[in-house]
Amino acid sequence: MAAFTLKINGREHQIDVDPGTPLLWAIRDNVGLTGTKYGCGVAQCGACTVYVDGQTVRSCSLPVSAVGKSEVTTIEGLTSKEAVAVQKAWAAHDVPQCGYCQSGQVMSAAALLGLNPKPTDQDIDLAMNGNICRCATYVRIRAAIHSAAKSLEG
Amino acid sequence: MRVVGTGTLALLAGSLAAVAIAAYPGLRRADAAPEAVRMAAGLKPVTDFARIKNKDERAVALFEEAGKVLQSPRCMNCHPAGDRPTQTDKMLPHQPLVVRGEAGMGAPGGLACTTCHHEANFDAARVPGNPKWQLAPIEMAWQGRSLGQICAQIKDSKLNGGKTMAQLVHHMAEDELVGWGWNPGAGRTPAPGTQKQFGELIKAWADAGAACPKG
Ligand code: FES
Ligand code: FES
Repeated sequence: MAAFTLKINGREHQIDVDPGTPLLWAIRDNVGLTGTKYGCGVAQCGACTVYVDGQTVRSCSLPVSAVGKSEVTTIEGLTSKEAVAVQKAWAAHDVPQCGYCQSGQVMSAAALLGLNPKPTDQDIDLAMNGNICRCATYVRIRAAIHSAAKSLEG
Repeated sequence: MRVVGTGTLALLAGSLAAVAIAAYPGLRRADAAPEAVRMAAGLKPVTDFARIKNKDERAVALFEEAGKVLQSPRCMNCHPAGDRPTQTDKMLPHQPLVVRGEAGMGAPGGLACTTCHHEANFDAARVPGNPKWQLAPIEMAWQGRSLGQICAQIKDSKLNGGKTMAQLVHHMAEDELVGWGWNPGAGRTPAPGTQKQFGELIKAWADAGAACPKG
């Protein structure tokens, strides 16, 4: 076990874990933020997506010891204008089915719009294909991202 | 792999993973080489080639030996001829779908290599990593090419990132992303031999005039 200070959503959290603990479990079990989900544990489903210094990261694929002083953002701390637009569009399109994958979907969608304000269908597929949805909400996800992009135009 | 609590959450998590694995046969553990096969095959030392008197023949033989490394899945997977890397010893298309993008690190706004691959291998998630993790540029594509074609490509400074022969030897012998091939993390067959032996073979090939295999 070792002591780590994680900066998550602007707050510092002291935790004592094995250095090889995936960030996902530190976020969920040690910090108690359970919006970030576990789906596969092997960087294949996207349910555990967070931002590390603003960049999307699968939190199951990163050990706590590699986080250092980086700023972690989880779904609970997502406040960018893209995120707000995505959340509104998600509600308008009634995107979630069971909801399990959705925090990862929203994290990836907001990150996409931050980097590419007018994504094409192909851009969306390339950005989102690492986020698996067992309820197959893909068509609504794509439509909602287009709506969110439109709403951000002004 | 860790299981979340009990009840619905665990069921959902389980089926999410099951969907992922069913959808992508490439993810099955069976795709990895069995442990016995995964032991690194060896490389012949440079001294074994000294008896070949003809310089060009010696260079070709040395390059063919070094080619065991160049053509190993650990190297080939990130030297694709298309936009998508491959993975595993079977060189299956990378899952999830990622593309090279302008800098060989993913499409803009799409999935970047660094979304999953970090500074070091992370065996708990079976994700390989290295500080320089990225795709080789398209002009360094090796997949689908013969060893002779790869050889000609490696020597051509227009296609090898402007490297002189000395820089090329240094790159092969010292580069840390090249070196990852011998330290690929759990479940992956390392490249044959060691990076040191590989570097020596490439240097001896260059010193012998750097002739390429035919074809
Ligand atoms: S839990 Fe991290 S990608 Fe599936
Ligand atoms: S909404 Fe159920 S897994 Fe995506």
